[in-house]
Amino acid sequence: MEHSVVSATKFNAWFGDNHAVKDVSIRIDKNQVIAVMGPSGCGKTTFLRCINRMHELIPGTRTEGSLKLYDDEIYTMNPIYVRYKIGMVFQRPNPFPNLSIYDNVIAGYKLNGLKMTKADMNAIVEKSLTSAALWNEVKDSLHKKGTFLSGGQQQRLCIARAIAMEPEVILFDEPTSALDPISTSSIETLFHELKANYTLIIVTHNMQQAARVSDKTAFFYLGELVEFDNTKQMFTAPKDVRTQNYITGRFS
Amino acid sequence: MDARIRIRNTKSIVFKSVVVFLAFMITIPLIVILVYIIKQGVMQVNWHFLTNVPAPVGEPGGGISNALVGSIIIVAMSSMIAIPIGMLAGIYLSENPGTRLAHYSGLCVDILQGVPSIVVGIVVYFWVVKPLGTFSAISGSIALAMMMMPIVIRSTEQTLKLLPDTLKEAALSLGVPYHRVILKVIIPCGFSGILSGIMLSVARIVGETAPLLFTAFGNPYLSTSITKPMQSLPLLIFNYATSPYDDWHNLAWGASFMLLMFVLILNISTKLVTRKWNIQL
Repeated sequence: MEHSVVSATKFNAWFGDNHAVKDVSIRIDKNQVIAVMGPSGCGKTTFLRCINRMHELIPGTRTEGSLKLYDDEIYTMNPIYVRYKIGMVFQRPNPFPNLSIYDNVIAGYKLNGLKMTKADMNAIVEKSLTSAALWNEVKDSLHKKGTFLSGGQQQRLCIARAIAMEPEVILFDEPTSALDPISTSSIETLFHELKANYTLIIVTHNMQQAARVSDKTAFFYLGELVEFDNTKQMFTAPKDVRTQNYITGRFS
Repeated sequence: MDARIRIRNTKSIVFKSVVVFLAFMITIPLIVILVYIIKQGVMQVNWHFLTNVPAPVGEPGGGISNALVGSIIIVAMSSMIAIPIGMLAGIYLSENPGTRLAHYSGLCVDILQGVPSIVVGIVVYFWVVKPLGTFSAISGSIALAMMMMPIVIRSTEQTLKLLPDTLKEAALSLGVPYHRVILKVIIPCGFSGILSGIMLSVARIVGETAPLLFTAFGNPYLSTSITKPMQSLPLLIFNYATSPYDDWHNLAWGASFMLLMFVLILNISTKLVTRKWNIQL
């Protein structure tokens, strides 16, 4: 059996009384792009936010069941360590408005108060921005504020910020829903390059996007994981009738 | 048809003129005060006025150095008390809006803001002046700090509430511990708002007289000891303006001018600070 990076077994999550994620079991392998899709309110974002323990920041939430990063139970690890290992990119680009582009990239180190040499910092900034396909556009304005960039550039800056921490997994919560088509396509291209080094889990509303970028797709419906399979298989011959209805647009 | 349109146009012109006229009217009291105080006060102000203590009755000259120094010391001490407490309380209120403690402390802040300043003075008199056995600058600072705190708390809270949650999530998702998220992300991003709240609260308390009447009390000599009575600009104005001597009236006019200028400059620089350091979200 292949070694999974993230694996859930009978995992449940609640918002107060709302049972948002129900008995989800899934194994996610290394260096793959996983698309998580489903209609609004199906629990896909909640499940994503459980993986790096952002879900628990909302008062009145709880979880049950097993969720592992390699062999370690995520909910018994220190959340700070979990978030070092599992980066996240949000729906709306959210660079720190008080920091320059340069400082945004190494924000994970700076805000944590980790001391490092100037040379190390330069290396990390260049490497991360290059990986996020942003280096050529910003190399002459590294000390300008990150918020001067366009929306698509800001989102790539946020990706660079996540990459800089050298995580195992990067979570994307509808990363292109606030972007124009050109920025969207540049970020989709980026996914293909990033999977060489990282495991990507992408929540998306957009079925075409899921079909374009992912190796495997998970379909959530009403909090349940209905189907998890190779993307090609899923979009050509779904096993579950609910998946088929969703893909063919009978409900959304 | 034409007639109706003409009537409607006339109505809207009349309405507009009334609004413009009223908007102009509200500036008149300020202009009158400014002109009058500048006319009376500006002649008094010179180097001698700023560097000397008031002269005894009958002697010409004299200045307000004791009140200037006193006001600076008292306000600085109030700020040292009120700013840290106010900022921390404001952070708590904006971070935990739903809790019972936040509800009740928010209520207390509102009530504290409404307490008449003379009452604050009396309370501090019984809490600090009586136990210590003497009027003192520090008791005056405590009274002013109590007036300053609600303003700092509310402005900090309002500023931080406007910051999007995504900003905090961005920092937390990088594994940054909560206290560093507050210190390194939330406060810097809301800095201009917090600072302008602080500056406005200083402008608000620097002219307060009532809380100082039975706390700092006033002092005709230059004193820098915080455990002794101390003069301040509003106290000097209060005491000297009600005196029967023309020389003292002139001192009070000069002091009023200085106080007004200070408040004016503080208000204008608050506007500049908010504009210059405002962080684009």
